[in-house]
This record gives sequence, C-alpha cells and structure tokens, in this order.
Amino acid sequence: MSPALLGLVTIIIGVGGCLGYFYFSNLFLDKVLFPASGPNAGRNINRANMVRPWLFLGPAIVALGLYLGYPVFETLRLSLTDRTQDDAFVGLANYQQMFAEPKFWEAMRNNMLWLIVVPAASTAFGLLAAQLTDRIKWGAFAKSLIFMPMAISFVGASVIFKLVYDARPAGNEQIGILNAIWMQFEGGFGSLLFLKMLPVVILAVFAALVAYIGWLLLRPILSGSDNIVVKALRVISGLISLWISIIALRNIFDVLGTDLPNGQPQSWLTVPFYNNFFLMVVLIWIQTGFAMVILSAALRGIPEETVEAAIVDGANPFQIFFKIKVPQIMPTIVVVWTTITLVVLKVFDIVFAMTNGQWETQVLANYMYDKLFRANDWGVGSASAIIIMLLVSPILIWNVVQARKEMR
Amino acid sequence: MDNIAGRKSGLSWAVNLSVVALVLLWLFPTVGLLVSSFRTADQISASGWWKALFPSEQVVQLRTGGADMAKQEGDLWVVEGNLLEDSEEGPAPGAEITRFGVSSKAVDAFAVGETTTFAKDSKTFTMDAAGNYRFTTTKELKKRGQRVFITATLPPEFTLANYDQVLLSGNSNDSMTKAFLNTLTVTIPATIIPIVIAAFAAYALAWMEFPGRALLIAAIVGLLVVPLQLALIPLLKLHLNIGIGKGYLGVWLAHTGFGLPLAIYLLRNYMSGLPRDIIENAKVDGATDFQIFTKIILPLSFPALASFAIFQFLWTWNDLLVAKVFLIDSTGNTTVMTNQIVELLGTRGGNWEILATAAFVSISVPLLVFFAMQRYLVRGLLAGSVK
Repeated sequence: MSPALLGLVTIIIGVGGCLGYFYFSNLFLDKVLFPASGPNAGRNINRANMVRPWLFLGPAIVALGLYLGYPVFETLRLSLTDRTQDDAFVGLANYQQMFAEPKFWEAMRNNMLWLIVVPAASTAFGLLAAQLTDRIKWGAFAKSLIFMPMAISFVGASVIFKLVYDARPAGNEQIGILNAIWMQFEGGFGSLLFLKMLPVVILAVFAALVAYIGWLLLRPILSGSDNIVVKALRVISGLISLWISIIALRNIFDVLGTDLPNGQPQSWLTVPFYNNFFLMVVLIWIQTGFAMVILSAALRGIPEETVEAAIVDGANPFQIFFKIKVPQIMPTIVVVWTTITLVVLKVFDIVFAMTNGQWETQVLANYMYDKLFRANDWGVGSASAIIIMLLVSPILIWNVVQARKEMR
Repeated sequence: MDNIAGRKSGLSWAVNLSVVALVLLWLFPTVGLLVSSFRTADQISASGWWKALFPSEQVVQLRTGGADMAKQEGDLWVVEGNLLEDSEEGPAPGAEITRFGVSSKAVDAFAVGETTTFAKDSKTFTMDAAGNYRFTTTKELKKRGQRVFITATLPPEFTLANYDQVLLSGNSNDSMTKAFLNTLTVTIPATIIPIVIAAFAAYALAWMEFPGRALLIAAIVGLLVVPLQLALIPLLKLHLNIGIGKGYLGVWLAHTGFGLPLAIYLLRNYMSGLPRDIIENAKVDGATDFQIFTKIILPLSFPALASFAIFQFLWTWNDLLVAKVFLIDSTGNTTVMTNQIVELLGTRGGNWEILATAAFVSISVPLLVFFAMQRYLVRGLLAGSVK
C-alpha cells in the first residue's frame, strides 16, 4: 500500500477510532452500565458522572504514560544496566565510563556555554526588537519578518547558515558573506577598529554589566535583612558574576595580544571554541522572534499610567525602558528565558547537521545520539539522557509549583 | 505614548533605522538561500549571491564555429560569425564584451578590437564588442572550433533548472519529491490524531469534577518539559517488541505522545476560560457531556485548536530526530525532507544549487503556513508560555 494511502487510512482509523471510542463508550455508560432510568436512576447518574471523566481522559493518559512517563523510568533503568551483558545491573558503571570521557566534558562545557549565551542573546534581541517595533507604524510587518525563522526547521536554518559561513580557498571569490566581509579587513586601520577596538569595547561593557549585576546581588547583604539561605545564594551568584566579569576582562588582553589571520579566508566552523558561537547564532536567529512576540505582548500589557507618570517626572526614554518597563515585565522575561533554556538543552539538529560534534562543538543531545545509534552503547547513551533530564528538572519543578499556585 | 508631554520624540528616526537594520539582518541569510536556489552552479561559485542582483562582469568560455563553418581563402581557413548569436549557451546577444582571450591561462589578455596571433603564428583571432569575430588558421580545422574566453558585463540571470532537478528529474540522489510526500504522510496524521485525543482530555480537565484533577494537571505541566531524548530507546525497544518496528505507525504514535502535553495544556487553558453560563445552561436543558463537548466546546475552541495544529504541524514537518529514530530504516525509502537535506549536506556539501533548492523546497511549506496563519501561532505562543 502506498504510504499516502496508508496515511489516509490511518487518519480515518485514528480519528474515527477516537471519535467512535468516545461516542460509544459514553453511550455504553449511559444506556447499558448505569441507565438513567428505572429504580436506581439517581444513583446511576451519579455513578456515570464519576466514571465519565476517565473515559474522556483514558486515551490521553495511556498515551502520556506510555510515551513520556514510562520512558523516564525505563531510561533510568537502562542507564544502570549493560546491554552487552544481557542487561545485567552494573550500578553506576555507565556513569563512571561517561565521566571519564573527554568528549562528555566537552559536551557539558559547550552546553553550559549554550545555556548562558543563547537565552541571554535571544531575550535581549527579542526585547530590543519588541520595544523598537512597538513604536513604529510598520511594526507588525517588521515583527512578522523577524518572527519568520520560527517556521524554518533547524536543518533548513543549518543549510542557510552554512552558506553564510562558507569558505573558498584564498584567491577565489568568497561566496559566504562572512568571509566576504572578513576579506575586507586586511590589517589596516579599519581592521584595528573593528577587530580589536570593537571587541574590547564590547567585552569591557559586558564585564562592567556583569560586575554591576554582581554588586546589585551582593549589596543587600550589608543591610542584613535576608535570612541565611538568601544570603548564601546572594554570595554565590554575586561571586559567580564577579568571576565571569574577571574572565571577560582577561579576554580583553587576549584579544589585544592575538595576531589575527587577516586576509585569510576562514572556515569558521572548524575554529575551535569560537565555532560554538557560530552554531549558537543559528539558534539565536530562530529564537529571537519567539522572545520578541511574547515580550511585545507583555510590554503592551504595562499600565500606561506608570509610563505617563514617569514622563511627567521627566524620565528619558532609556530610563522609562529600564526602570519602568523592564521591571514590570520581569516575570515574562523569566518565562521566555526558561522556555529558550529548554530548547537549548535539547538542541540536536543544528549541531548534527552543521558539524556533527567535530572540532569541539559536541553538545549533550548529539553526544547521546552518537552513543545510542553510532556506538550502540545504550547504557552510556541512557546515562547522558538522564543528565539532560537532571538539567531540565529544576525548570520542571518550578513549572509544576507555579501551576499549582495558579490552581488555588 | 512618549508624545504625551507635548514633544515629538527625537528618537523616531533612529528607531526606524534600527528596525530596518534588524529586519535586514534577520532576512539576509534566508534571502541568500532563496537567491542561490535560482542560480546555476557556475554562477554560485563565480560570485557571492548578493552580487547576483546586479549586472556583473563575468568570464565565459565559448567556442567559434567548427569545420562546417570554415571557408577557405587562399591557404587560410577562415571562420567568421558572432559568438553570442551562434552559441546556445553563454550570454544573450546584446551583452557588451570588453576583453577576450584564447588561453585558459590568460582569459582576459586582449581588449576587443585587438588581434591575437597564437599557436606558433599559425592562428589569428579578433573580435568586436558585439561578439563578431574572425578566426583564421593555416591548418585545416578540426570539427570543433577554437576555444575563446570573453569578459562581458551580464545582466542578472536566474534559472528554474535547480527546481526542475530537485523536484522533477527523478534522480534518486537529489529528488525531494518522494521525501516531500513522505513528510506529508508523517505530518498530517501526526497533527490530527493528538488534537482529537487532547480535546477530550482537555474538556475533562477543564469542566468535569473528579478526584485527582489537580494532580493530573500538574503532571501534564511536568511532562511538558520532559526531553523527548529520554523516550528514544525505551520506545524504540517497545515498538520493536510489539511488532510495529520502524515505520509510519511508529512515528505517528511517537509524535502523538510527544505532542499531547502541549495540546492538553493549551486546550485546557483555553476551554477553562469559556463562559460557565453556556455550559450550565446546556446541562440544565438536558445535554450530555458528550453533546456539550461536540456541539458547544469544540466550535468555541477553534482558535486554540488552530494554534495547536500549527505548532504540531511545524514541529512534525521540521523534525529530524524522531523521524530518524522511529521511521527511517536502512532502505531509506521512508526518508523525510530534513533527513534528505542532512544527507545532501554530506554527499553534495559543495553543490550549493542543489542544497539551497532542496532546503527551500523543505522550508517553503512551513513558511506558507506561517504567513497564512500567523495570528493563531502568536495566540498559541502567548497562551502556551505567558501565565
């Protein structure tokens, strides 16, 4: 049977089956099992109403349990067994093996980089785009163009950006836009300005910003009104941001010190460490539209009086944005940030299609795929899936807690 | 809003310009792929796609007429004609030729009007800017004519040949037709079935009272973020054990399972916001839950159903991982477009004309859906993530 026909039959059977199930099970419940007539009519109606929700929920619960619930536990079990020894229980041996692999730590490091850079950049760009497009007439049109990459598959986006990063041997015409631009820098004043001064300025601003955030986190300790847990959290996160700031400052000297290969076409995806950022650009490009749409809705929801009051008090547009608007949409920013974080944790297609983890660009999801389907090592593959699950679970718990709060 | 204090915002220009810059930056990569898909392989490797939109100076290799056009004048064989008019390939007549050459080592050695003597002085060649040439040789001509390189300024030129190759040629390596149909076969049932299942469940969670309801909702919120990577091996094992194996049925079930949490969550949020009066009135009038659901809730929930349908459609159409694990077997007969493109990246990494076209065929459908139903997509996003 041709697949298209099979598909059609499946739609009919699937949809018809579902509808039929719901219809006939309800009918059976009302007419045969607990008929709403005869001597026990009242009791029967109550009983039928107790059973009915489970009829409605039945297929969904079975599908969810089988396709999402059961695999969590089965994966956990598989990560503790060895396939080559007839699924014998091997304790944490798979995890030990995995922790001993440099490729795993490379994937962890890269994932952490992705986790910091992609949500931050997407949210920042999204916020910028939302704020700017809300103020102009053709904003809706601009928005839909920036939003468009959301519809493009990761694989399609990978092809698009492979063309951007394409490199031809020196002497040939460059057909990748990045190399075409790069070749314009031949070591003169322009190169100095754009390749040395600009990164230094960006790094310095970044370092200052992170240090300022760290200071904001640490400052309330002096007043001493928090309890001990909050204090500890403040100290830890404050110290982390100071540390990031120091790293950024150290990188300034690296930027000034390195001799850039001006005039040489670069195959960007093979430059270790920096190629991670070239891959991240793809995801940032896709996710910015998402952040923009959500944040723009939140910006519109801000009560106008607060902005008006600020204007009357003489605030400039930047103060209005950072001191009035951003604090009010903070909850939405957190939601956007966590949603993008979830996407990042599962990022697979981009790395798979563009570098397949070569040149030190491995990430956890692709590492797992490698282990499961290339090395056929289900134990270590499952162990790395569990690591992904562990990284996701704080968000999972937070979401559930929020949902329960809302229900009350 | 910023004009309330009675002053025109001086930032207006800056804002407009920044948005233009941002939009261009975001569009640029996609446009590059689109333009490349309409160019030949030679054009793509000769110049960046951003130059394809303007007339450009190009070097083209052509041939003079061969033995059949030669006339004997004394002891010379002479071929005369017009390079642009005689050859089917190359630039259209009317292009202005600036330089020419007869050796691949010096393709632009001579300006038009000059005469070159080569092959140990046995041959001469000259041509004018319109392509009229005169070629003489002391030896009898071979069947094929002399190779000539011309440098000419050519108008932008685009071709549909790549789409022909990718969609209609039937070449098994490049063809996207089969992959296109396969993708469609995966996508449509995988979009419709979860909607039906989720709609009933969402109704129960929104409007029916039963013990454990809050717990179930919390569980669904939790399942919303469970990475599907966890499900790959256990489910593949399950499918192999119960005899589904790798195939369409497996991938439909998998997509249904993975799509359900979002579907139930979105639909429940929407349905619980519907006015209580309607439902209670219907109950008073003696409608059963099944009737309320099909006659009242479903029609009213259309926006939410559309939102989720778009999500699920985009997600299944663009998916690579689930298809690779649950669908594509070693024969490759059931390959989907995303997988086909990844394979093309491996086998034809340098053939940008094929890659760009294949990728564009694959992203054109989601783009159409996106622009046609953007309103529902935005609404779904807002319902799905902002609380």
